Amino acid sequence: MKPASTPAARPGVIVPRAGRPSPAARFQDWLPRLVLSPSIAISLFFVYGFMLWTFILSLTSSRMLPSYEFVGFAQYARLMTSDRWWVASTNLVVFGGLFVAICLVLGLLLAILLDQRIRQEGALRTLYLYPMALSFIVTGVVWKWLLNPGLGIQAMVRGWGFENFRFDWLVDPDMAVYTLVIAAVWQASGFVMALFLAGLRGIDDSILKAAQLDGASLPRIYWRVVIPCLRPVVFSAVMILSHIAIKSFDLVVALTGGGPGYASDLPATFMYAHAFTRAQIGLGSASAMLMLGGVLAILVPYLYSELRSRRHG
Amino acid sequence: MAALEIRNVCKDFGSEQVLKDVSLAIDSGEFLILVGPSGCGKSTLMNAIAGLEPVTSGEIRIAGEEVTWQTPAERDIAMVFQSYALYPSMTVRQNISFGLEMRKVPKAEREAAVERVADLLQISHLLDRKPSQLSGGQRQRVAMGRALAREPKVYLFDEPLSNLDAKLRVDMRTEIKKLHQRLGTTIVYVTHDQIEAMTLADCIAVMRDGRILQLGSPDEVYNDPVDIFVAGFMGSPSMNFIAATLESEAGKYRLRVDTPGEETLQLPWPNARQTPAMAERVGKPVILGLRPEHFTEDDARLSDYDEGVLLTPRITVVEPTGADILLQLRLGEGEATARVGPKCRATAGERLALRIDMARAVLFDSETEKRLA
Amino acid sequence: MDNVIRRRTIGARVARFSLYAVLILAALFYLMPLVVMLITSVKPLEEITPGTLLSLPREPTLAPWVKAWGEACTGMRCEGVGGYFYNSIAIVVPAVLISTAIGALNGYALTKWRFKGSELVFALMLFGCFIPFQVVLLPMAQTLGWLGLSSSRAGLILVHVVFGIAFTTLFFRNFYVAVPTELISAAKLDGAGFFRIFWRILLPVSAPIVVVSVIWQFTQIWNDFLFGVAFSAHDTQPVTVALNNLVNTSTGAKEYNVDMAAAMIAALPTLVVYVLAGKYFVRGLTAGSVKG
Repeated sequence: MKPASTPAARPGVIVPRAGRPSPAARFQDWLPRLVLSPSIAISLFFVYGFMLWTFILSLTSSRMLPSYEFVGFAQYARLMTSDRWWVASTNLVVFGGLFVAICLVLGLLLAILLDQRIRQEGALRTLYLYPMALSFIVTGVVWKWLLNPGLGIQAMVRGWGFENFRFDWLVDPDMAVYTLVIAAVWQASGFVMALFLAGLRGIDDSILKAAQLDGASLPRIYWRVVIPCLRPVVFSAVMILSHIAIKSFDLVVALTGGGPGYASDLPATFMYAHAFTRAQIGLGSASAMLMLGGVLAILVPYLYSELRSRRHG
Repeated sequence: MAALEIRNVCKDFGSEQVLKDVSLAIDSGEFLILVGPSGCGKSTLMNAIAGLEPVTSGEIRIAGEEVTWQTPAERDIAMVFQSYALYPSMTVRQNISFGLEMRKVPKAEREAAVERVADLLQISHLLDRKPSQLSGGQRQRVAMGRALAREPKVYLFDEPLSNLDAKLRVDMRTEIKKLHQRLGTTIVYVTHDQIEAMTLADCIAVMRDGRILQLGSPDEVYNDPVDIFVAGFMGSPSMNFIAATLESEAGKYRLRVDTPGEETLQLPWPNARQTPAMAERVGKPVILGLRPEHFTEDDARLSDYDEGVLLTPRITVVEPTGADILLQLRLGEGEATARVGPKCRATAGERLALRIDMARAVLFDSETEKRLA
Repeated sequence: MDNVIRRRTIGARVARFSLYAVLILAALFYLMPLVVMLITSVKPLEEITPGTLLSLPREPTLAPWVKAWGEACTGMRCEGVGGYFYNSIAIVVPAVLISTAIGALNGYALTKWRFKGSELVFALMLFGCFIPFQVVLLPMAQTLGWLGLSSSRAGLILVHVVFGIAFTTLFFRNFYVAVPTELISAAKLDGAGFFRIFWRILLPVSAPIVVVSVIWQFTQIWNDFLFGVAFSAHDTQPVTVALNNLVNTSTGAKEYNVDMAAAMIAALPTLVVYVLAGKYFVRGLTAGSVKG
């Protein structure tokens, strides 16, 4: 044992110098980066590069094939004056707003009800959630059949004797967008329920017991104690659902085809129609960029608060 | 040649310096304990020795060879982790032999090594179990077995006993000591438990804020602490620190201790223990360090207490621990703890005649907190 | 919270009864489309008349299923969805395996071999989970053309791998973050290297997250429509695209029973996975979306 205060006392001691990692150490240092590099390259090219590429296309007059004749923001200006784009955007607001709101309410309600020590809870949960496993195309096909006025629910209820019953939203230009809401809620609300249920199970039991000992009634406990605890879940649910809403493409294609006319178009179908079938690549790209903008508008505050809470957590 | 030598090692995490110019060296077969409160850098130092954390500057040598920039595998060391870190998908046997397998040791030798450590640690009956089927104590043994299977140059133990319950911890402590005596291995052992440090070490490094405050034998660190921190950290119950004023009269020093509502105490400082540094502190506040066992009941009347000082403080609490009795007594501005024999008849609220063994007392500068005498 | 004793009053009983009533009603709402789909798919066409939506078939038949599988018209061709079902399998299996393998290695490297900027790399890749795919469609079409993969299964596999690794990396990264790093340290001291540690130490404990990742990728890719419709030709279409074509082909009388049978065929693989491994399915959904 040598005292700490005289480290370099012995002869022949080399003064500490800049390190030369051993070959093995250097290899070990670079291997993780090497393993990640294909994914980084993929991400840079296929995500960031493609976003930039689409942006560039949106500044061109491309129609059938990409051309690089720049027209500035003319395609965006065209979008702003396009009636069909406005219909699609308005539809997204209506569809997205209702879809998110109903999913949240229904999901929270079902989660709270399921949290009351229900017999067969597992079976019920399975039933509520299975639509999430289906393709939106399947969902669209099934609901198209159910909402078909001639043979579906309308016909069935009329068969029960309610001759004047009307449920023909699918063919009503003013109402078609609401059929999308029904089908999408059917598909995704069970998932929101699962999110909330997980949130409820995560709440410390002793908080609830304390509230009960304080004499609060069950609805009051939920309203005042439990639901405020679920705020982060609400936050993520809104985030995920809006994301689904903005991306909604397959459901529209299968359920309404964007119709009648283009009454139930959404930006996603608008983009696809213009870029792939109507030979308006420039316009389609501009609409895609606006969709990206919409997602970012939701994502950025979400990520910001996530990071903030993590830093403070 | 030193088995392990650390020279001027610094380690930064961002702008924070967790190791500040740490140097030490231990000989082959020595048992070094790094001890200190959490966040003192002891675990970082251990990871630096293991090669799990690169150092910012400085040099690490194992058996004379510089290893500062080598991978952990190249350094030929074995480590026992606080969480044991047993490979969950492998049996005990596979856990123990994995390191040998990675080093391309032939199968027969690996099996022999497994048998050897299993015998040594009495875990032969557990060899075909998975870690999840073991108790905490058994896992600890397997973790040690994994380290012992190879014969590396240095063993590192990172708080290996802190996840065990109190009784098991004491048993394992004894066992580790026996193993070390038997195998003569070089061990660096991190703990925050000062009793472990005292009982196991050949050499203790007390760390705080990324520095080694004192490096010495357990006896030195305990009886000759360099400052208030080391003095307070080692020993349980902790050393009593009593505010006093240093006075001098006719070349002799004495300490004045004021206890509110009591007579002022004059404690003569033993002549043999005077230091030049004391001269500058005359008339100024100092801190007197007294370990609980430096108090003795007066009727013990031990002959070597010629420098002892008699006092009769008021006892506030009496805490029998079985082997001895801890007394809380009023001394100076606060209270002090004294450890007396189990037969002492002290009563809370009353006075008791006690002697202070000034020959073993220590004195600190109240400003720098460094040792004065 | 139900550990607390509650008085069993009449009111409480009524409340309990209505609770179950609401839950069962909700279950019926979710179940109804599947039931209708199933019973319609085994009805002969003549039994499909207004008002018989929920009636059980009088003469159940598997003919619609047979027709949907092998004869029904999807656009120009009348070969059923069977061939497209195989297409889907041929696309899904390699895409799932490749993206899961890459995700596992990425997650491992990002958590257990951190380096300066590894968090940034993760954030960079994570963003791929969030983009609307419309924004990559046109460049992708052109790139596939350059690679000579237009309208091929290989092209679709590539697309699904490229946009799947963001999710699989997220899964594995979040799983491996919770694996104690001391395990890796111990293995390093034992002399194991990057791949050896992955293969011998980490992979054996990764079964749960592998299942989650495989199920998630499987349902995502199987259910994909956008990439399928944008990047495939007649003979490489996945089943979802074929189903949509079948339903929208208007030659002769509309055969709803065949439509429903085809929908069932397209839905069955993911439904079976859900029923068999629902727990992991839910875990994937929540892991893939809640925690970033």
